Amino acid sequence: MSGGAPNRAGRMAVNAAAYAVTVFLLLPTLIIIPMSVGPERFLRFPPAGFSLRWYAEYFRDPDWVAATLFSLEVALLTALCATVAGTMLALALVRGRLPGRGLVELLVVGPVIVPHVALAVAMFLVFERLRLTGTLLGFTMAHTVLALPFVVFTVLAALYRFDAELERAALSCGAGRLATFRHVTLPLIAPGVVSAALFAFIISFDEPVVSFFISALDRKSLPRKMFEDIDYNISPTLAAVATMLTALTVLALLLGFVLKRAAERRAAARSG
Amino acid sequence: MLGGRRFSPAASLALAAPFLLLLLVVFILPLATLLHESLFVPSPGLGNYAHALEEPVYLRVMLRTLRIAFLVTLLALVLAWPLAWVMSRSRGLGLALLGAAVLLPLWTSVLVRTYAWMVLLQRNGVINQMLARLGLIEQPVRLLYTEGAVVLAMAHVLLPFMVLPLYSALKGIPEDYPRAAQMLGASPWATFREVVWPLCLPGVTSGCLMVFLLALGFFVTPALIGGPQQMMIATLVSQQVRELLDWPFAGALVGILLAFVLALVLLFRRAVRLDRFVGQA
Amino acid sequence: MRKLDADRNAGSISIEGLTRRFGAVHAVDGVSLDIRAGEFLALLGPSGSGKTTILMSIAGFEYPDEGRILLGGEDITWLPPNRRNLGMVFQRYTLFPHMSVLENIAFPLKMRGLGRAEREERARAALRTVRLDQLGERRPAQLSGGQQQRVAIARAIVYRPRVLLMDEPLSALDKNLREEMQIEIKHLQREIGITVVFVTHDQTEALTMADRVAVLDHGRLQQLGAPRELYEAPQTEFVAGFIGETNFWSGSAAAAAAPGEAVGVRLEGSGVMPALAVSRVAAGDRVRLALRPERLRILPGAAEGVPALVTEAIYAGNATTLMLEAAGGQVLRLRIPAGAGLPEAVAGEAVTLGWQAADARAFGVAP
Repeated sequence: MSGGAPNRAGRMAVNAAAYAVTVFLLLPTLIIIPMSVGPERFLRFPPAGFSLRWYAEYFRDPDWVAATLFSLEVALLTALCATVAGTMLALALVRGRLPGRGLVELLVVGPVIVPHVALAVAMFLVFERLRLTGTLLGFTMAHTVLALPFVVFTVLAALYRFDAELERAALSCGAGRLATFRHVTLPLIAPGVVSAALFAFIISFDEPVVSFFISALDRKSLPRKMFEDIDYNISPTLAAVATMLTALTVLALLLGFVLKRAAERRAAARSG
Repeated sequence: MLGGRRFSPAASLALAAPFLLLLLVVFILPLATLLHESLFVPSPGLGNYAHALEEPVYLRVMLRTLRIAFLVTLLALVLAWPLAWVMSRSRGLGLALLGAAVLLPLWTSVLVRTYAWMVLLQRNGVINQMLARLGLIEQPVRLLYTEGAVVLAMAHVLLPFMVLPLYSALKGIPEDYPRAAQMLGASPWATFREVVWPLCLPGVTSGCLMVFLLALGFFVTPALIGGPQQMMIATLVSQQVRELLDWPFAGALVGILLAFVLALVLLFRRAVRLDRFVGQA
Repeated sequence: MRKLDADRNAGSISIEGLTRRFGAVHAVDGVSLDIRAGEFLALLGPSGSGKTTILMSIAGFEYPDEGRILLGGEDITWLPPNRRNLGMVFQRYTLFPHMSVLENIAFPLKMRGLGRAEREERARAALRTVRLDQLGERRPAQLSGGQQQRVAIARAIVYRPRVLLMDEPLSALDKNLREEMQIEIKHLQREIGITVVFVTHDQTEALTMADRVAVLDHGRLQQLGAPRELYEAPQTEFVAGFIGETNFWSGSAAAAAAPGEAVGVRLEGSGVMPALAVSRVAAGDRVRLALRPERLRILPGAAEGVPALVTEAIYAGNATTLMLEAAGGQVLRLRIPAGAGLPEAVAGEAVTLGWQAADARAFGVAP
């Protein structure tokens, strides 16, 4: 259909605006990448040459490596805890009769609605008293709480997509509740659960605010270490770290995308 | 639903137990402790709150926070609308690319994106270099630590939270509605004003609320891009805790922030749709 | 694991005073029903009649508010579904999409702790029963609707349950396939001698397949009987209207009559015509007359009957349907089967109608 000349002009203007916004969204992050391979001590665009010295710098610096390893540890544990606790809660919400359901639902959105700085300061206060600052346990608990809403909502979505009649079919075949979950429900919501774990991992690994407050001088997460470095000097090492972090996110998103496609194909095959 | 396959209340509670326990210890307890501090230290009463609301310095920070959050929301809405509209009318590869452009920033570290803005905006940053090379300026212009820079960077960081709810609202408008309006004689602008805009209002409310809420309590970007000159409430809280160790006063500031956020959430209860930000990746 | 019970009554089901309420609505309202072992029973009714709730109560997915359910004499009302050892075929097949056809069929055997070899052997045998021997390795998504339905049946009978429950299993299939599957399921049921409880809203399906049909409306059992009984001798106005095509005509009883007795009915706008009283009526009671279109006759010449005007004649190959208007504005349908040499009529013609007393059933109307 053709809406006439003014209409087409309007549509082109909206399209142009949309693509301009896309560029605005992506460019600042992408511009870091070429700058991270510049050889100079000061960031320049375009870079004056190609060098991986700032990447090497990162891997040589024990502080960076220690912070990265600590963040990895926390993120893996967070992904595990948040996925298990979140999946259990999602099951209770969809398949259970949970007393005080409204209150629980409020609690689920709590960590998203409450500003992270408020939560971070509050955790700092309590963690100091409990000697949890700068500990693996403290970080994992804090990040698990921050990641839980996203896990719960992802698994909820998977459970809603899942045809509950299949569980009844399993029960009618003589499977008990646990066997039904293990053989039917879990395999079919697995893509959702895995992407929930991915979300939890990224949330923890990138989490700057709570990390900023509950880190200790000798034990800090990668975002906290980045925060300090940005505050003091915008060194090209940081550009290298930022590039690697972005690459990691792209990878995780791609993985999530592939999983979702697989799940959709399965769902489409079912209804077809 | 069907009696034979729902968990009993006791079993449901057992399934929810790890979640509830975690939130009790790491969410409710810390917030309660902090708020208790603000109300009872050094003496019981609202002294800390009165101090925060009476001192012009702090009042100015709060007003700036509100102003910046409002401007960020407005800018994000203006930027997000065309993108969300085009996304809602795209399919296949086009949609995948646009979607990736929105989701990638959403999941990229806030620190990385803020750092990118610092690299762009600093004295010898990319923008100043470009402007100088084009001969538009002779001296580097001060971009960092201005309110404009804070608004721009925050709008950038929070933009996905506006695009996604807008997108799902716009996607729900069948292609035939605007077509019908035009067949009935409405101009493109009238079609937008009379049909599309009213239908996407829930998405607008949801996106604006989300961005405004997040902007109110935002810490990383204002702290790094705004510096002490453009201090917002989150930075103020941080300063009270880390530099002055004034927990009761920080607690009062958090209390005020929380009261504000909760009031907004209760007011727009239906617009808080977290599920829009997941499941779309 | 429960073995197939040799006892002949093992597959019988007794439903006693079953009541299930959803809020203020009685989904099932005091239904009692005895299903014999080896019988094919259809639960027939419009949506909201309670037929699915009854099936789900037998399956264990619903628990009743009142009443109990006995399986082979044993009370199973509160037994969880996975321990009832019943087979069930669902409306949308519900094959597990992540398992192969064979894995689907072997699943109930796995849940019963059978070894791999025996599972495989019995699953293959069940697959042969439904004539899909070659497709064991496929995924459900690679099968047609009819094939998926056969797999679902194989999965439900592989552990030799005493009873097979079917919840509108053919509603997702197209017409031809549906008719083919109706016969196939019927044969299969005879072959393995299993009790089948079959829910449907399609009266033709119920009449074709079932030994007996339970007609339900608003949660109540209207009539239980063989297909012929339901069609020829409906016990309630609902059954007369729901099964087959029926003309209803209001009137009043000319004399008192006991159930099953002949009674004259004074029709609105017409004279007195013969009928059969279904319930007890007193002289002057309001009644509703149910007349099957194919049992109405055009009487030759000046015979005594009901005068009517043919408003339309619709030719449909195997029969001609006449739309008639009798005195008092009563609209009737009359069907003349083709090739029987019965008198026909054209639009605009005035005719006289008649019928046998046994073909006009008079239902008392509650005042």
